[in-house]
Amino acid sequence: MTVSVALLATAAVLCAVGGILMLTRPLTRILLGAVIAGNGINLLVLAAGGRAGAEPLLYGVPLGRVTDPLPQAIALTAIVITLATTAFLLAMAYRSHQLTGTDEVHDDLEDRRIALRAEVLGERDELRDAYRAASDVTDQERTRYREERRRLRARLRADRALQARGRDATGDLWHDVLGADPEDYAQLRAHVEDTDPGATG
Amino acid sequence: MNALVPLPVLLPLCATGLSLAFGTRLKQLQRLISVAVLSAVLGLSVTLMIAADTSGPLTVHLGDFAPPLGITLVADRLSGLMLTVSSAVTLCVLVYSLGQGMTDREEETPVAVFHPAYLILVAGVSCTFLAGDLVNLYVGFEIMLVASFVLLTLGGTGPRIRAGSTYVIISLFSSMLFLTAIAMTYAATGTANFAQLAGRLAALPLGVQTLIQAILLTVFAIKAAVFPLAAWLPDSYPTAPAPVTAVFAGLLTKVGVYCMLRTETLLFPGNRLGDLLMAAALASMVVGILGAVAQTDLKRLLSFTLISHIGYMVFGIGLATRDAYSGAIVYVAHHITVQTTLFLVAGLIERRGGTTELTRIGGLAKAAPLLALLFFVPAMNLAGIPPLSGFIGKLGLMRAGVADGSVWAWILVTGSAVTSLLTLYVIAKVWNLAFWRAAPPGQAVDGTVLEADSDEDDDEEGEGPDHIPGTGDEPVRPRHQPAGRAVAATLHGHAVTTTTKLPRPMTGATAAAVALGLAFTVFAGPLTSYTDRAAAELIARTPYVQAVLGR
Repeated sequence: MTVSVALLATAAVLCAVGGILMLTRPLTRILLGAVIAGNGINLLVLAAGGRAGAEPLLYGVPLGRVTDPLPQAIALTAIVITLATTAFLLAMAYRSHQLTGTDEVHDDLEDRRIALRAEVLGERDELRDAYRAASDVTDQERTRYREERRRLRARLRADRALQARGRDATGDLWHDVLGADPEDYAQLRAHVEDTDPGATG
Repeated sequence: MNALVPLPVLLPLCATGLSLAFGTRLKQLQRLISVAVLSAVLGLSVTLMIAADTSGPLTVHLGDFAPPLGITLVADRLSGLMLTVSSAVTLCVLVYSLGQGMTDREEETPVAVFHPAYLILVAGVSCTFLAGDLVNLYVGFEIMLVASFVLLTLGGTGPRIRAGSTYVIISLFSSMLFLTAIAMTYAATGTANFAQLAGRLAALPLGVQTLIQAILLTVFAIKAAVFPLAAWLPDSYPTAPAPVTAVFAGLLTKVGVYCMLRTETLLFPGNRLGDLLMAAALASMVVGILGAVAQTDLKRLLSFTLISHIGYMVFGIGLATRDAYSGAIVYVAHHITVQTTLFLVAGLIERRGGTTELTRIGGLAKAAPLLALLFFVPAMNLAGIPPLSGFIGKLGLMRAGVADGSVWAWILVTGSAVTSLLTLYVIAKVWNLAFWRAAPPGQAVDGTVLEADSDEDDDEEGEGPDHIPGTGDEPVRPRHQPAGRAVAATLHGHAVTTTTKLPRPMTGATAAAVALGLAFTVFAGPLTSYTDRAAAELIARTPYVQAVLGR
């Protein structure tokens, strides 16, 4: 089977451009990427038909020399489908813009939690290192350090509370795992607030 | 009998047209059409399954064009079973959503969109099950996907758009990959018909064969949510309305599994990538179930168990013996039903307790014993407690693994035992939190109208969805959605009103789905002998090829 190099090269370039665009955040760029990559792949499908011949007509053209019509049919189907998907993506980008003011794809909730956790823990470690490295610590510095730590913990806790709407943020993970009764939460709450399990010793 | 084969695709498509024409003007008629058509499809599927079992695969060449040119539809034993289970499940979910729509008194357009989109989804699923060539399989996928885009973003609320964009982009990518694979296959063999490919692929160099196989497997693994490619699923499914999540979780991933089964047996026999599939299966099982352990939202938790249990089916496909295929087919049928039922129950829990966030609900066993029963049976079924069908499916797969006896098979057998124990733990946790303990203080009481997310943007005056876009002065609202919140919405995205008395059609449909799951247990003998024959037919390949090519 002979294949046109020009066709293949164009397809490769289109797919590369489309792929890069699809890796970006805004939905409109992703949409453009999908259209471009889709066209590239349609060219690949056309290339699968082999070298160009005469028109694929039933009469008047010698049967042995016609172009393979099947890849063209496949490419046509794919074009129609891409059109429908493009219309849907456009509508979705517009709706996203209406709702949030941007058309960027937002982070997964879990991703955001993990990122926040990593950030808070990183900050805490930095803080602790700085505190320990200091040779003479005044009382003022100690209280400031404690305050900073409390702020960081509060951030994590607020996020967890937001995650489980209205849930009490002082809860213990094990109570979720084991399924504690609400009274246990109530009993534990006073206890958790006055002890400070994360304090440096 | 052969003339019946295209009907499971044609009927829903024609009904879509009727449904759109009537629109919201004749809502009763629209509902009647949907129910009647899906019942008819169920009847047809059962007929096709029995006919395919007694007289071999049924084929239709559309437009009477011979295989390389025309579109071929084939119904063999595997397709027949898949069609039957899928249409029974879609009928249940339709009745459930009708109940939900009627209870919520949905007057506006979304219901008018829901019915046509749902019917198109059914047509797409049937088309993939019946497709006899790669291109038609691609078209079936696309029909199904476009309908699922609409259903997933029903109502167009913020969280649904966010979750929907991930889903759409991933689906779009996998479609492109699929099209590339089709182009490659056509360039290498000059045909896209399964029966012809079965003969011609073997003549290709090994590298080309493996390349095509790997790309096709990647595509189907994305659809089926096999572990490294499953990250999109738990993020996108839970935000959709309950009946939509139910049908997606039950059917859409299994379509991917079906395609894997079909291509691995018919096009690429010899199981060259078996070890890779088994490694993916193990990773799916373990990572999926550990994800489920960490979740506290019921819908997200169920999504993770879905990923985990896809691993069982991939395990069967990776083993590639007759018993393993048979076990995998039983597991597909069982899992479609059970996973759908559990998501339907999650919808009922949401309606009763106001949320699916497990830390916020409790005491349901006492408050709603029927709901507890409806959850308990499919949950135990999912965990594989004997004598339920989950146990039968897992037992079949494990026996096939032990009979195979290789190192990978033993690892997988151990892995699947651990996974089913962990599933039991997860289910026990849900039971403990939602049903067994006393109700937490903040639980929504009867008649509470829960805030739905869509109402948020209507609150600020002059900043509804109708403000002039593109002027740049719209406020940017960073979304930080708590998990329990995004899901508290109906089909349209309206607020949910909790009720102590569950709507009868919804409960009835869920009960029917539970009964279907139990039927697999009661009729386990006929079912396993049927799947055994189906597996034999898949491995033999000749019945399929002969039926299509007529030799």
